[in-house]
Amino acid sequence: MSKHTVGKTEFTIEPGRHDVTITRVFDAPREAVFKTLTDPDLVPQWWGPARYPTRVEKADFRPGGEWRFISADGDTEYRFHGVFHDVAAPERIVQTFEFEGTPGHVALDTLTLEEVDGGTRYTAVSVFQSVEDRDAMTASGMDEGAAEGLDRLAALVEKA
Amino acid sequence: MADDQLSATFAALADPTRRALLARLAKGEATVNELAEPFSISLQAVSKHLKVLERAGLVVRGRDAQWRPCRLETAPLEEASGWISRYTEVQAERLDRLDEVVQGIVRESAARRPGAAGKPEEGPEEPEEEEETGP
Repeated sequence: MSKHTVGKTEFTIEPGRHDVTITRVFDAPREAVFKTLTDPDLVPQWWGPARYPTRVEKADFRPGGEWRFISADGDTEYRFHGVFHDVAAPERIVQTFEFEGTPGHVALDTLTLEEVDGGTRYTAVSVFQSVEDRDAMTASGMDEGAAEGLDRLAALVEKA
Repeated sequence: MADDQLSATFAALADPTRRALLARLAKGEATVNELAEPFSISLQAVSKHLKVLERAGLVVRGRDAQWRPCRLETAPLEEASGWISRYTEVQAERLDRLDEVVQGIVRESAARRPGAAGKPEEGPEEPEEEEETGP
């Protein structure tokens, strides 16, 4: 489970650490990727799962600017917000990330875009406040004790 | 129902001895005696752990009264694994959609400037082409 891919997206989730790294290579110029990431009108087209329509309440893509995105699952709303610490076109965004369902558990996301072979490598590193926070996020609210078993569980299922 | 199964699965997995028992069973059937071997705990303790795993549906015992081998039941683990992978699927899906939107922008900008296909836009403030309007 420490490193695995879903389609073209690679995840690094090491046991016992409080970070997650997500990488993905886009076959597109870096400027286009950056523009898409920072255009409030485009955010609903890629943020969150497609089945949960997302609306952008705030998206002030400047250092110190706030963001707040709301995804709707029927009547249930999932709200996320944070502050942009650094927005350096076209290569970097540093921001906080907080799910309002778990107030006070804030992650620091560093998003880097690099040019590679005519494409763009997207690297997002999320640092959570604790291993527990990280595991809770990757497992989305799991009972106590479960998180520690996740990595072994994945290995077990693969072996079986 | 599915949530109850998940709770039972994760509760059963919350103990390192039980995870080790499952890891052993992933290699093949084993009797309680065989399972107890690598552990410095009693047969009774192993039996207790096995009962928890059985209740969670992760281990099935054979019917033979003399020799009741334990066997790993993988379905609940697969379900749990699928549940865990939801986070990564959500993120991967987000990036897939981002890719689609970016490709749309690249195509649009190539179409607007024939001959400059594939070139990135010069700046974010590029004016839109004026559409022809009626009288």
